[in-house]
Amino acid sequence: MRCDVVVVGAGPGGSMAAKTAAERGLKVVLMEKRQEIGDPVRCAEGVSKSRLSSMIKPDPRWIAAEVKGARLYAPDGSSIVMSEDKSGDEVGYVLERKIFDRALAMDAARAGAKVMVKTRALDLIRTDGAVKGVRAMRYGEVIDIEADVVIGADGVESKVGRWAGIDTSLKPGDIEVCAQFLLYDKNIDNEYCEFFLGNELAPGGYVWSFPKGEHLANVGLGVIGSRSEPGAPVKLLRRFVEKRMPEARIVEMVVGGVPVSGPIERTIADGVMLVGDAARQSDPITGGGILNAMEAGIIAGEVVSEAVSSGDTGVEGLMAYEKRWRESIGKQIARHLDLKEFFIRLSDEDLNNLMHSIQSEDVSKMDLRGMLRVLIRLNPKMLWELRHLVM
Amino acid sequence: MITVNRYVCGYCGACVGVCPVCALELVEAWLEVSDGCIECGRCVKLCPTGALSLEEAQG
Ligand SMILES: Cc1cc2nc3c(=O)[nH]c(=O)nc-3n(C[C@H](O)[C@H](O)[C@H](O)COP(=O)(O)OP(=O)(O)OC[C@H]3O[C@@H](n4cnc5c(N)ncnc54)[C@H](O)[C@@H]3O)c2cc1C
Ligand code: SF4
Ligand code: SF4
Repeated sequence: MRCDVVVVGAGPGGSMAAKTAAERGLKVVLMEKRQEIGDPVRCAEGVSKSRLSSMIKPDPRWIAAEVKGARLYAPDGSSIVMSEDKSGDEVGYVLERKIFDRALAMDAARAGAKVMVKTRALDLIRTDGAVKGVRAMRYGEVIDIEADVVIGADGVESKVGRWAGIDTSLKPGDIEVCAQFLLYDKNIDNEYCEFFLGNELAPGGYVWSFPKGEHLANVGLGVIGSRSEPGAPVKLLRRFVEKRMPEARIVEMVVGGVPVSGPIERTIADGVMLVGDAARQSDPITGGGILNAMEAGIIAGEVVSEAVSSGDTGVEGLMAYEKRWRESIGKQIARHLDLKEFFIRLSDEDLNNLMHSIQSEDVSKMDLRGMLRVLIRLNPKMLWELRHLVM
Repeated sequence: MITVNRYVCGYCGACVGVCPVCALELVEAWLEVSDGCIECGRCVKLCPTGALSLEEAQG
């Protein structure tokens, strides 16, 4: 089989890349190793309403809930409230990703991409050293899909980059390992996302609760890999739920890993582009990666169509992708990497002090950066090394 | 030797992303370990469910 572009992985990044390239007239194959796109879910499903809406028209079929804002709790229980429009990227909509991911793949199909499920990439095909497509296993048979460009959108497990000589393997400090329950509890606040900080609760991470309507919520936590041990996320989550929500009814369980390494050095090679979690484009502070993956996918789709029509699908021809994503989502990812490196070192006492210092301020209209600016003004000694982030 | 407790594994792929030598592969709900494993133990430490263990090779 021959096409212009083959996209490996039908998550939000891959589907947006496939759709964008197909809309521009390219012959696109979107392959996904699972038989059901979007399932099992590995996500807390929170996204910013405004940013999502700038890329795709929201559809009630894949929106589980809308929230008004977020509440942030220090280890000692003191809290602040942030309003929806400014709470950063992670609140606004809580999605139903099983439906959302499939809808994005369908959009790619409608735009003309050939979607192939139960098709797992095994390796790159090369001719005279140049990448010429993907060898895959489809329903147990090995098939070759020839293409000028391969887009690796294969998520946290990504191998496409490694096959192309880009080392994307994550060290323990580069990954948050997570566990989550979808649960019913009558005390769930349907209107607010909640974040609980504390080294006892989630070393180098946090606990989240994202409502999904009618007192259902995704309650989960992430632990920084360097401070985790076998099975720790599941144990810590069970402890949290037993203690704080003793009457909760658990109806689903999710585990997963989120890259928090920040941008890798290179996301392109001759005939290869990496998108989304495969390019380690998730946010190092929040762990959010859906919207970054979608935005990178759109840029990749645009650049690849120009590269294919100009006939230059080598590094030079794909360079615009590298430049454009670093100019847009890359800046925030880099800033948040510095923040993450700092915050995972804070003790519970530091976290309590920070929260107390800001409690008398009106943070309801602030974004993360505005809040950081105030925090630095109030705690200059502790936060001195972060001042470059708000200049 | 890396062993997978398939009754515990939540097929999340976190271990695949951290393996420095690409020795792991997740096929739907089935985790495969290849001969390339260098027994570094990174995947064991990071598995959120505790499904992996590093054991002395038999015989
Ligand atoms: C517990 C948890 C909570 C999270 N919460 C949030 C949140 O609230 N908000 C947010 O924005 N983000 C969140 N994230 C992160 C978010 O899920 C990811 O950043 C996002 O899914 C990345 O999209 P992607 O398209 O890059 O990759 P993915 O969605 O991971 O898609 C990759 C796809 O590639 C497929 N694939 C892999 N290898 C192959 C192969 N060899 N051949 C064919 N197909 C292959 C996979 O099966 C998968 O379908 C969370 C992650 C976790 C683990
Ligand atoms: S990290 Fe653990 S739970 Fe996840 S796929 Fe690997 S063995 Fe299974
Ligand atoms: S022990 Fe190391 S080399 Fe072996 S599978 Fe695990 S991470 Fe890979």
